[in-house]
Amino acid sequence: MTEIAATPYTAAVCENSTASIYNKKFRLSDFILSGLINLSAAFAILLLIGIMGYVFFRGLPQISVEFLTTVPSTLKGTFGIAGNILNTIYIILITLLIATPLGVGSAIYLNEYAKPGKLVRIIEFTTETLSGIPSIIFGLFGMVFFGNVLGYSILTGALTLTLMILPLITRNTQEALKTVPMSYRSGALGIGATKWYMIRTILLPSAMPGIITGVILAIGRIVGESAALLFTAGSGFLLPKTAAGLFKKIFESGGTLTIQLYLCMSKAQYDAAFGIAAVLLIIVLFINFLTKVLSSKFDVSKID
Amino acid sequence: MNSIFRSKKAQSAVEKTAEIVFTVCAFFAVLAVLSITVYMFMNGTPALAEVGITEILFGSIWKPTASEPSFGIAWVILTSIVGTTLAILLGVPIGVLTAVFLAETAPPKLAAVVKPAIELLAGIPSVIYGLLGILLLCPAMYSLEQKIFKGSETHQFTGGANLISAVLVLAIMILPTVINISESALRAVPASLKSASYGLGASKIQTIFKVTIPAAKSGIISAIVLGVGRAIGEAMAISLVSGSSVNSPLPFNSVRFLTTAIVSEMGYASGLHRQMLFTIGLVLFIFIMIINLSLTRILKGGNKDD
Repeated sequence: MTEIAATPYTAAVCENSTASIYNKKFRLSDFILSGLINLSAAFAILLLIGIMGYVFFRGLPQISVEFLTTVPSTLKGTFGIAGNILNTIYIILITLLIATPLGVGSAIYLNEYAKPGKLVRIIEFTTETLSGIPSIIFGLFGMVFFGNVLGYSILTGALTLTLMILPLITRNTQEALKTVPMSYRSGALGIGATKWYMIRTILLPSAMPGIITGVILAIGRIVGESAALLFTAGSGFLLPKTAAGLFKKIFESGGTLTIQLYLCMSKAQYDAAFGIAAVLLIIVLFINFLTKVLSSKFDVSKID
Repeated sequence: MNSIFRSKKAQSAVEKTAEIVFTVCAFFAVLAVLSITVYMFMNGTPALAEVGITEILFGSIWKPTASEPSFGIAWVILTSIVGTTLAILLGVPIGVLTAVFLAETAPPKLAAVVKPAIELLAGIPSVIYGLLGILLLCPAMYSLEQKIFKGSETHQFTGGANLISAVLVLAIMILPTVINISESALRAVPASLKSASYGLGASKIQTIFKVTIPAAKSGIISAIVLGVGRAIGEAMAISLVSGSSVNSPLPFNSVRFLTTAIVSEMGYASGLHRQMLFTIGLVLFIFIMIINLSLTRILKGGNKDD
């Protein structure tokens, strides 16, 4: 910043004195452009502070024990999001249970087994494509592909989201595998380990922080997702009453926090909407913090 | 000690299985893209045949539930194109300049604060942007609307849910994408180029705009293309701030985007109307595929330059 001769003082010096190589020339265009650069950055920061501030200002007063532990009921006169919290947890767990092995397996194939060629290019291209497809398209696809069999259910939603977060996990695992030094591989293979043994005992543990980061990022995406779930997981908000219901819930409709937020918004229940928004932001902040800690603590490339 | 031979055989079976399992995993992405493509076409084309492709693509009247239904989505397609273009025109300059700030001009300590903030901005769920849009943007737009169209008899008042509100929300939502990718492109520019520019007597700003940004061109273009993809595919954030009727994409009109038409009508649509919504989904899907393909083109071209 100091190199830019943009202060009024230097400008004045330039005008008064005869040209000297020690005085930097004042350029109006430089002044305007650097002003615009600072303004843009300030805008981005103020935007974040504004969004966070407003949501917490309106939302935090809404959060209470009742808000977090009850379900909406006109009979009891309560409004709470316990059901939606449970649905969100269900969808996160089921999605990760399916997507993590698939994504990690795919990354291992691409990085360790596949020989560079047409096949790898096709797989990488489709993975890219998959990450570029907007969530509303996943929603439509999930609705006709899984929904025709399973109806509006948590399982339908989770299967749809599996496709959506697969590229995220694959790419993060691939990046992590790439940072494992080649010498680890040749060392293990050299003392007689088989490839699968080497992957299991050397590669996966070394790449674990990267895989976990991918998983946490995926959780963030699932928590924030709405368009893909609206027509797949539906909008149920009740808590299961029995232990068997806990399992049966998977096949019943269940709206996540974002879906409930959207429904509150369209019904103009803004107080409840802000309460949910504040809860969501707290989760997002926590996830962000977690990825930061992980990537700084377990950076394989830095240890070496 | 004959065990090593036997164990080798047993191990080779495990090895084979492992390899097959990983291969199957890798092909899952291919399978997913293939089935999404097939299903989008399977569900999107019946209405095309029934209503007629020209009437759908060029008809401007969208009355899916009338007794004599009309299914023209020309305005819907145009709204998505116009809305995305405007959002890009607004968001990209701010995004690229912020990337310049992060990569070039900011003191490292300040950049260390700004960068996580941008990442956080990317993590905020889209419905929250929509919520703030409704409560903050729309009232402001409504008072503006009342001032501009005071006494107008032809204007339909929208309560602030109009094209401008949607464009502003979209422009904000593409910022993190544009900033992050442009920043890494700017950082990848070799220092020698910049030193050469300084050596010739150029100022810092001149170097940034005449050397660094042109050198990072392919990266910045891919940031823009990704921004286009994000803007055109965004549904929930703008579904309530863009209004609820199909109109020509004029700034103060209540409009429907490709995405918001699907979100707001799928809940109650049935029969041909429902099929039509899948056709809209197909149009969106084709747009996205074109964007994806051009992105791979750009990235390939960029690699050749290196």
